[in-house]
Formats: sequence, C-alpha cells, structure tokens
Amino acid sequence: MEYHDLTIETAKKLLFDHQISSVELTSALLDRIEKYDDDIGAFLTVDKNWALEQAKKADQDIANRNVSPLTGVPIALKDLLCTKGIKTTCASKILDNFIPQYDASVVSKLKENGAVIIGKTNMDEFAMGSSTENSSYKITTNPWNAEYVPGGSSGGSAAAVAARFCCAALGSDTGGSIRQPASHCGVVGLKPTYGRVSRFGLVSYASSLDQIGPITKDVKDAAILLNVISGNDKKDSTSATKDVPDFNLALGQFEKQSLKGMTAGIPKEYLSVDGIDPEVEKVFNTAKRILKDLGVEIKEISLPHTEYVVAAYYIIAPCEASSNLARFDGVKYGLRQKSCDDLIDMYKKTKSKGFGPEVQRRIIIGTYALSAGYYDAYYGRASQVRTLIMEDFSKAFETCDFILSPVAPAPAFKIGANMDDPLSMYLTDIFTLSANMAGVPGISVPAGFSSKGLPIGIQMMANRFDEMSLLRAGYGFEKTLKIDKKFPEIER
Amino acid sequence: MKISKDEVEKIAHLARLEIDDSKKEKIAEQLSHILQYIDKLKDVDVKGVKLSSGAAFMNNVLRNDEPEESPGPPVTLANAPQRDEDFYIVPRVVK
Repeated sequence: MEYHDLTIETAKKLLFDHQISSVELTSALLDRIEKYDDDIGAFLTVDKNWALEQAKKADQDIANRNVSPLTGVPIALKDLLCTKGIKTTCASKILDNFIPQYDASVVSKLKENGAVIIGKTNMDEFAMGSSTENSSYKITTNPWNAEYVPGGSSGGSAAAVAARFCCAALGSDTGGSIRQPASHCGVVGLKPTYGRVSRFGLVSYASSLDQIGPITKDVKDAAILLNVISGNDKKDSTSATKDVPDFNLALGQFEKQSLKGMTAGIPKEYLSVDGIDPEVEKVFNTAKRILKDLGVEIKEISLPHTEYVVAAYYIIAPCEASSNLARFDGVKYGLRQKSCDDLIDMYKKTKSKGFGPEVQRRIIIGTYALSAGYYDAYYGRASQVRTLIMEDFSKAFETCDFILSPVAPAPAFKIGANMDDPLSMYLTDIFTLSANMAGVPGISVPAGFSSKGLPIGIQMMANRFDEMSLLRAGYGFEKTLKIDKKFPEIER
Repeated sequence: MKISKDEVEKIAHLARLEIDDSKKEKIAEQLSHILQYIDKLKDVDVKGVKLSSGAAFMNNVLRNDEPEESPGPPVTLANAPQRDEDFYIVPRVVK
C-alpha cells in the first residue's frame, strides 16, 4: 500500500505499530502535493516546515507511547478555520494578509489529538458558492476530470481527499458545502447536527446554518474525525451541551449486523424536482435497492415545504452574511484601501476592492431584504417558512430513521457553465439546503458514477443528534456497494 | 420585484459598497431575477406561524462573571492595517 492510499484508520495502525513514521507519511504527501497540485489546485497554503514539525512531534509522542486518536495523521483544513500563525484567507482578497492569533476550537482539538495539519484548502470565497469557482485565488479542478468543478464551497478539501493529498480534511457546510463537493469528488462528507461541533474560530458566513464537519475517504474515518471535533465549547454559546457518543466504537459494534430494523423515508416532493439527471436517478435507485437488500424498510414520506426551501434559504443566508461580513471594515484586520476621503469612503473602497462578485451580490441581497420596509416581507416571512420546514422534518422523523435522497440533481458541471446565472447555481442546492435550515445532520456517501466517469453520491439525513444512524447506514451501504475504482488517478 | 439601478446604488451605500456604474445595470437585473424567484414565499400560508432563527437550543447560555486573562493589545491589534501602539488608526471621521 502506498502512503497516499492510507485512511485515518489504516495510517494509525501503521504509525502506532512503528511500521511507518509520521515524518515519512507527511513527506510523501507533501511531495505528492508539490507534484500534482498545480493541476488540481486543492490547496491555498502548504507550509512544509510547519507540517513536518508537527509530524516530528507526533513521532516523538508515538515513541513515548503517548498516542491520541489522530497522532501523526495528516489532515487538511478548509481555509476558513483559523490557524494560529498560519494565514487564513477564506479565499478572499480582503483577508489576503490575515494571520490569526488563535486556533479555531476544532483546530485546537485536532492538535490536542495529535493530527498533523498539512495545509489549508481552497474554497468559494467566504463559503459562498457551489463550485469553488468563486475563490479569489484559483480554480480547483475535479480530480476525476479536470474540465469539471469539484463542487463547493469546500471544493478544495473534497478534491484534496479525492486526490489523496491527505488522509482526511475538514470542511464547513452552510447549505451543502461539505456534502455536495464530497458527492462530486467521490468521497464521504458529513455535516453534523447544528451545535454538535463548535464554530469558534470558523469565519462566519451564516451563523444559524454554518457547521464544521469531516470529509474523508470512508465512513469509518468520518466517525473517527467526528469523535474528535464534537462537543460543547464555552467559546460557542450555540454548541450543544448534549453528550457525544463514541461514534467509532458504536460503528465497530454494527460491523457484523445488517441494517434490519432501520427505516428510510424518501420524500415524494424530491422525486418531482425539475431537472434531476437520469444518471443521478439511476444511481439513486440502485442505492435504494442495496439498502433494501441490507434490511432497510423504504417508505414514502412527505416534506410539504420543499418547494420553498431554496427561496427561504437565499433570504436567510444572505441576511446573516450581510451582517457577519460587516466586520471586514479595513480597521481591525485584513485589507485597507489607502488614500480615502473619510471613514465611509475607506469602508466602501476597502469592501469593494476586497470582496468578489458573489460575496458582494449576497451582501446586497441581505442588505436589501433587511432594509426598512422590506424586513417583514423577506426575512420575517423566510423565518416563518423555516419554522414550517423544521416541522416537516420533525414529523418525518416520527416515521423513519433517516431520509434518503440524491445529494445534487446532477453530477459535477463543467467549469464556467453556471457562472453567469447565479439563480441556476442556487437551484442546484435543493436537496442539501434543508438539513441546514432544520439543523439536522446529513451525510454524502459515494454511490456510483456517471457515464462520463464523474462520481455521484447519495445523501442521508437523520434527526438532530442522530449522526449515529447516518454512520451506521452509510457504513453498511459502503461495505456492500461494489465500486471498481475508488479514487481517480491523478498521476497524468 | 423589479430592482432599479437607483435602488442598487442606495442598497450599495447601505452596505458600504461602491459599485462601478457600468455594472449596476447587470446587478439590478440579477437581483430582480433572484427576488422574482423569492417571491414564491408569498404563496405560503404563514398565518400564526412563529419565526424561527435556527436550530440552536433556545436556552440562555450564561457563565460566571469572572475575569480571565486577556491576550492584550499586542495580540489583539497584531493584524491592524494601521495602528499607533494600542490604538487603531482610522481616516478622519469628523470634518
């Protein structure tokens, strides 16, 4: 087995058995990044010395038998998670020179658990987008086919895992930004329940929707990573005080069991969504059959307000964004435009120079919707519709353990295909937005390929704090599905 | 909802954005297109439905009011584009 094939689980085994060192593993991956990332563009920052220092320390810890769940394992981070002393840009020019003075809570947890942070990955600027084309720095290509997008906004993290530049990565998901790129790149992406993982040190986009989660090579690794990053944090008042089960341990107990006794609901509204690609439908139907064979009872359910999810989301998220992004004012950190007439002029010049077109568009939508006279018609109404969406989900989970659906209506699209029509890009988020609106967890698991060889995933969503059902069903599905080629060959 | 060029200018000012005159027309058009789609929210019967601001637990999170160590100005101001020791420098506010 090559170094780049290692998952968290298999890497740990070799590291802890002293068969490989973390320095060897990390160096091999750094070499691979140097060789192939010019083509893929998954990373914005790779600091070799920083990575190797962490690896050396991990090797010492292993030698001293002082091991933690991630000791010596190279992990990549989406570039909106603050890393002390290491540039964190959110793929925005406005944070081009921003060096955080503290670690995000998830980063502290990774470090405490021995992980080696190998680099910071590309994304849509401030996580606004579904293709990573909105990065102010570079395009990330899909490792399966360079003409296609990797999805977004965590496109760099998903591409890095698919290209096997790291054992696993963290992304963030505000409307599908972990699950959709995972689906497009053929890897596993898990958005935890809102509140499961602390958001402290995550640069906010829409605070009531944002959630950090793992992007991994398989379901087991998602459980291992979720174990490490979950839990209450006094620095994030929205982080839940609920107990965190040992996901990985529980998954081990399910290893030999079928999925008998589990019930999956398929929302009838999802099947009548316009423009579902027949290849996605085919993969979805195969997945349904596999789950059925594993003992899952499949039933039709209803999420009556599905039709309004995109509209409500594209009010709520931009409203929160317009408020959150007001902090980038050229005073405390980041870009500042020089030679301005006065303070207001400085704000305007700084923001207009620093933010890209999609970010400006969402700030404008949010500002408009929140401006005097429009609040009730837009934000107020969208918040009421959100209540109805949440109620739809609560009702659905009275009759099923998880909801099964496609992740996106179509496989990855070609680079540039949707750039001139923001609305059509927004509409591709139809299956993923609801989980964020309702605060429930969702997972994307590889399920097949299009005729062009692009990966297609399936999504499962469970009740709040029931990530376990997703991991269990996802794990059973993954073990049963026969895929010839799990990862793309990037050695072109 | 149709958004005019003037409205784009007004909203941009509220958001402290400066939009190139040549781009205003296109932005107005894209915004109108998006808001037209969002108008479908008007079809939902929301009479008596509560507003929801998210899935966070709706309890107050309190902590004891005890002083903790502060990182102090050198750290807090480390990324300031312009500063004078412990102060941020901003362009003139009062004329």
